[in-house]
Amino acid sequence: MTLRVLVRLKPGIMDVQGTAVQRALVGLGFSDLTGLRIGKVIEMDLEVPSAEGARARAEDMCKKLLANPVLEDYEVQVLGDVAAPGSGAKMSRPS
Amino acid sequence: MNFGVAVFPGTWSDADFCHVIAEVVHQPVRYVWHRESDLRGLDCVILPGGFAYGDYLRAGAVAARSPLVRVLPEFVAEGGLVLGSCNGFQILCEAGLLPGVLMRNECLQYRCQTVHLRVESADTVFTRALREGQVLTMPISHGEGKYHADPRTLARLQNGKQIVFRYATAHGRLEPEANPNGSLDAIAGVVNEAGTVLGMMPHPERAAEMILGGADGLLIFHSLLGHLVEEGTFVQR
Repeated sequence: MTLRVLVRLKPGIMDVQGTAVQRALVGLGFSDLTGLRIGKVIEMDLEVPSAEGARARAEDMCKKLLANPVLEDYEVQVLGDVAAPGSGAKMSRPS
Repeated sequence: MNFGVAVFPGTWSDADFCHVIAEVVHQPVRYVWHRESDLRGLDCVILPGGFAYGDYLRAGAVAARSPLVRVLPEFVAEGGLVLGSCNGFQILCEAGLLPGVLMRNECLQYRCQTVHLRVESADTVFTRALREGQVLTMPISHGEGKYHADPRTLARLQNGKQIVFRYATAHGRLEPEANPNGSLDAIAGVVNEAGTVLGMMPHPERAAEMILGGADGLLIFHSLLGHLVEEGTFVQR
């Protein structure tokens, strides 16, 4: 099962990176840009047959490592039993 | 007092700590590899600065799940002391041994400079050789040292005297210019409720000999040693 986890700074937490990138884009002429925040995308394959089972595993991972609850919220998206879009192929295991 | 200095892939201040402990305060010390989980015989574990596991995911996040750090709660519960400096502070927060988190510096710059710290609590084993209001001078060297905690946690830290050091001017005043990273409430160091785990962004091990420009960091080691040697009564050495 392929999943995507989005980790974002909680609302109200100042995103200094996002502010700096926003300022740079405005400097490039994107003067209509009024807000920008940076987060993380984590894509993974899990050997779990059911979508709900895979979601529960990924949420457990978020609680234990992938997100820091003081700063960050997370969202788990189940993409199904397919390769992660953009990866070109099923992700390989780290050796 | 037996010290253990933790070494993760990417730790950089381990040799500095070992040097100060062995050669300056003359105490037994050994390195503790991050895969070790047997801390018997140690009184104090140091988590030094650096970039453990490359700071991948978040600073200190992967190190906080290493076998060594996973046994630290038990070590602390049995009376062990833990001092985390710089990356070590980040690891302790990620591991939940200290509240809050260290974020990207507000200025976005990596700050490598000398700072002044006002001692906010002399009630811990790490600071008993100091007096409250005293100003220490030490270096910092970090890109992610902005302390953050939710309002309830901050109030608990303030009320419980868990804030040990604040960034201040050379005269001990809290001013925005004296805060190098935008830390909440100018926090530079905190302890756990029991006062047995200290996390601080500055580097006491890099300010422990006059040849390096100052020895204020040594006062933390003197505090620790006074605690054990005199069994509760600190005697100035």
